[in-house]
Amino acid sequence: MDLLSSLLGGVLAGQPAWLLALVAALICATLLVTFMALGPIAYVYAETKLAGFFQDRIGPKRVGPHGLLQTIADAVKLMFKEAIFPAAADKFLFVLAPCLVVVGAFLGFVVIPFGTRLQTADLNIGLFYVVAVSSLSTVGIIMAGWASNNKYALFGAMRSAAQIVSYEIPAVFSMLVIVMIVGSLSLQDVVNAQHGGIGYWFLFRYFPLNLIAFLVFFTASLAECNRAPFDIPEAESELVAGFHTEYSGFFFAMFFMAEYTEMFIVSAVASVLFLGGYLAPHPMLQTVGGLGLGPLWLFLKAFTLIFIMMWLRWTLPRLRVDQLMHVAWKVLLPISMTLAVVVGGLVLVPATRWGFGLWDRTWAWVVAIGIVAYLIVGMFRAIQWSRTRNRVMATS
Amino acid sequence: MAIETAWTAAELDTDEMVLQMGPQHPSTHGVLRIELRTDGEVVKAARPHIGYLHRCFEKHSENVDYPGVIPYTDRMDYVASMGNSLGYALAVEKLMAIEVSPYVQTIRVIMAELQRIASHCIAVGTYGMDIGAFTPFLHLLRDREKILDLFEWTCGARLLYNYNWIGGLSHDVPDGFVRACRQFLREYEAITHPELMDLLIGNKIFIKRTAGVGVCPVELAINYDLTGPNLRGSGLPRDLRKDEPYSGYENYQFEVPVGKGEYGPVGSCFDRNIVRAHEMAESAKIIHQAMDRLEKLDKSDVREKVPKRVKPAKGEIYARSEAPRGQLGYYVVADGTGVNPYRVKVKSPCFTAMSVFHVLAKGMYLADIIALIGSLDVVLGEIDR
Amino acid sequence: MKQWLTDLWEGFYTVLVGMKITWRHLFVKKVTLHYPEEKWQLPPKSRMRLFMAYEDCIGCGQCARACPVQCIYIKAEKRDPKAPAIFAANGQGIKLDVHVFDIDMSLCCYCNLCTYPCPTDCIYMTPEYEFATDDLNQHLYRFAKKDAKFLTVNPKPPAPKPAAPAAAPPAGAPPAPPSPQAPPAPQTPPAPATGA
Repeated sequence: MDLLSSLLGGVLAGQPAWLLALVAALICATLLVTFMALGPIAYVYAETKLAGFFQDRIGPKRVGPHGLLQTIADAVKLMFKEAIFPAAADKFLFVLAPCLVVVGAFLGFVVIPFGTRLQTADLNIGLFYVVAVSSLSTVGIIMAGWASNNKYALFGAMRSAAQIVSYEIPAVFSMLVIVMIVGSLSLQDVVNAQHGGIGYWFLFRYFPLNLIAFLVFFTASLAECNRAPFDIPEAESELVAGFHTEYSGFFFAMFFMAEYTEMFIVSAVASVLFLGGYLAPHPMLQTVGGLGLGPLWLFLKAFTLIFIMMWLRWTLPRLRVDQLMHVAWKVLLPISMTLAVVVGGLVLVPATRWGFGLWDRTWAWVVAIGIVAYLIVGMFRAIQWSRTRNRVMATS
Repeated sequence: MAIETAWTAAELDTDEMVLQMGPQHPSTHGVLRIELRTDGEVVKAARPHIGYLHRCFEKHSENVDYPGVIPYTDRMDYVASMGNSLGYALAVEKLMAIEVSPYVQTIRVIMAELQRIASHCIAVGTYGMDIGAFTPFLHLLRDREKILDLFEWTCGARLLYNYNWIGGLSHDVPDGFVRACRQFLREYEAITHPELMDLLIGNKIFIKRTAGVGVCPVELAINYDLTGPNLRGSGLPRDLRKDEPYSGYENYQFEVPVGKGEYGPVGSCFDRNIVRAHEMAESAKIIHQAMDRLEKLDKSDVREKVPKRVKPAKGEIYARSEAPRGQLGYYVVADGTGVNPYRVKVKSPCFTAMSVFHVLAKGMYLADIIALIGSLDVVLGEIDR
Repeated sequence: MKQWLTDLWEGFYTVLVGMKITWRHLFVKKVTLHYPEEKWQLPPKSRMRLFMAYEDCIGCGQCARACPVQCIYIKAEKRDPKAPAIFAANGQGIKLDVHVFDIDMSLCCYCNLCTYPCPTDCIYMTPEYEFATDDLNQHLYRFAKKDAKFLTVNPKPPAPKPAAPAAAPPAGAPPAPPSPQAPPAPQTPPAPATGA
């Protein structure tokens, strides 16, 4: 946003600083909301298509070429659907709840750095802000469940609240690991501390400790977004639709949108914390002819993590509520606390202040190339396997 | 519903909630209504209400002639029709003392076992879906479609076949059926079955959700007359195909999978499911042997023993067979006059399986109720007839 | 503690195994049939829509008797003995005037039991399944045609009686139901008449 302010300073020279800041903030907010609200459309399309592909079928294909306009059609349908208010529902809370959830999700965009100066606000409590703001969604969910005047919705809301609150703790402890290494809560500082290529990304520092921290953070954020395997609050086959049973039409669309936006936020934060944010794996790939590729890299990493979230959703069964709690409190929390202590100790030792040096960097390239190679080889083997399978199936 | 037995005042407790898992629910495998009394998340009592799919099968069968009952039997357990018509055909053949040729018997075995695989595909697949794993359901359904294609090729219909007739079959297997079937089994055994075991059954989350849930001890299972995979999941190796072989089952080598309680007490939902998964592999073995036998037998007319007019002498018979869901029994009473049966009563395995539900449901979590219904593998068409 | 560690490792490992399987399935040829651009070729024995060749019906009513749901309604009257003789395609003489031959497809359960007793094989099931309508009356097929062109010449005159009574009667064992390769011209039922 300060970039925008300085740009505007050129245009609106001579105006008081507060006016510049206000205009900059408004423009930023509008841009963010516009672009980020389009995000869920792409994610829902990706989700339905991926669901189809994982299940040996194609997803939507009729609306638009290859079904590209399906989500827009869904959004239009939801907007025109009648918004039914249960007679005994608390009208004010009923309407306020989706707003809170959406606001809680969108506010997280403020601190995500898309580039060196492409950040709406470089708060020096950036990470703290992100955690605080995502808790706003929790309040919205509980409100939704209560205001629906529906036993099932209340059940779903309570479960969801318990789940989100429990999983925030391991998430915060994994974040703490990074914060201790960097020494600052500001997300820009976190990215700056990872300069130099893939070997310097926090995922590979103190290998394999930060890797475990990343896995803990990723799992905890899956639960934060109510994604499978932690999607008990919206388990369709169990309590109809959980806390958003009574919502229809546009309100339902808002819950939906909020969930996918939250997914992006959490992936973006994870990639900033562990995967180097807007930095390229090799410094040479950072700028192309003067044009910074920062946002592109951030989006690539966030989308990869979103893809993995969707992959997990279509592979794994659901955890039951008490098992969910067990995982949060008895598995993730001890691991993340131990990590925080261990890495905190390592940070204090001058020799290991920034990691294990060459060990980290070697492992970084080995793991990165290994995973990419495994997936690509897996892809070729899968294609070959499917060809032999098709040949086998065709001769009948 | 006309007759409602409300909770008595003594049973009501103000802290508890009465929930209806109504007839329309994504996971009750049909129109089943369950009234649950829960204390928060824990279920204190469960009362299933059935009858939403009652279609007066037994009354209808008194108004049509013996061969005309077969389309009705198909529609009871619509997921596994071959087993239903086979049971009825066996009953009436016993009543009329008709012996079918080994050729017909072998084809019957092939069809019944193919149907068993198809039925378990639905059972295990929808169970995975209830637990939350959406993908194995579609993979299994893809294979079930192949089986249904085989059936369509043989007799013209995909779901309700009218295939097993009294005294024979309606159509002979077409040329090339054995080759196509072997190919399907090859794919199934090489691809689908290992994937199913890895993706669903071996998954730790699935194991945690199902092992230790809905444990039905053997005595309880016997007392409540559980049969089929439900009983075998509790550890008792009872299988009508081995104990009282019919239609040539004594000629085939296969094992009867039994729940072993690897991940928890014996008789949990996991055991019942893994019994079904293993049964699919065993059925594949049986089909291979049956097809080998079929190729060696002389082709005979599958309708040669079908009587022109089915008019049994006065008598009654009870014949049971091993349907994919358990022991399916037909009690056919003939009064010697007329071409219609006097009475056809069906002992439905899902009905007896449902009877143990209220015992197992006490003390479970809400999410486990769904796991329990799915593991009992109920099809409401068979419960309600 | 050991149990906790094994649970953790197994949980992690089985998740990865599952992910590998679904990753593989991303690249597999999809089994979706692009209906209605691609249609599944049904085998000729498929039991879909019932069809009946009115000119071959001798009005015996066996199909109506065999039907378990009683969806076939037949009303037949003895023909005027002075009327010219008409024959079915397999040589059997038609002695009855079939005034009404209605099949209610909405009742039909597609069991195929009606096709077996027919002496002339005039009723059979075709592989045509796309006959959904939004008016239920359209599912009442009235096969009795006013302008039926009956055969007046016996296509198979009876064989001269040999010494031994071993001649098979013309209406013998029914052959396999003649399943047409292509479904017959879509029998759009006539507009629902009032009454009858």
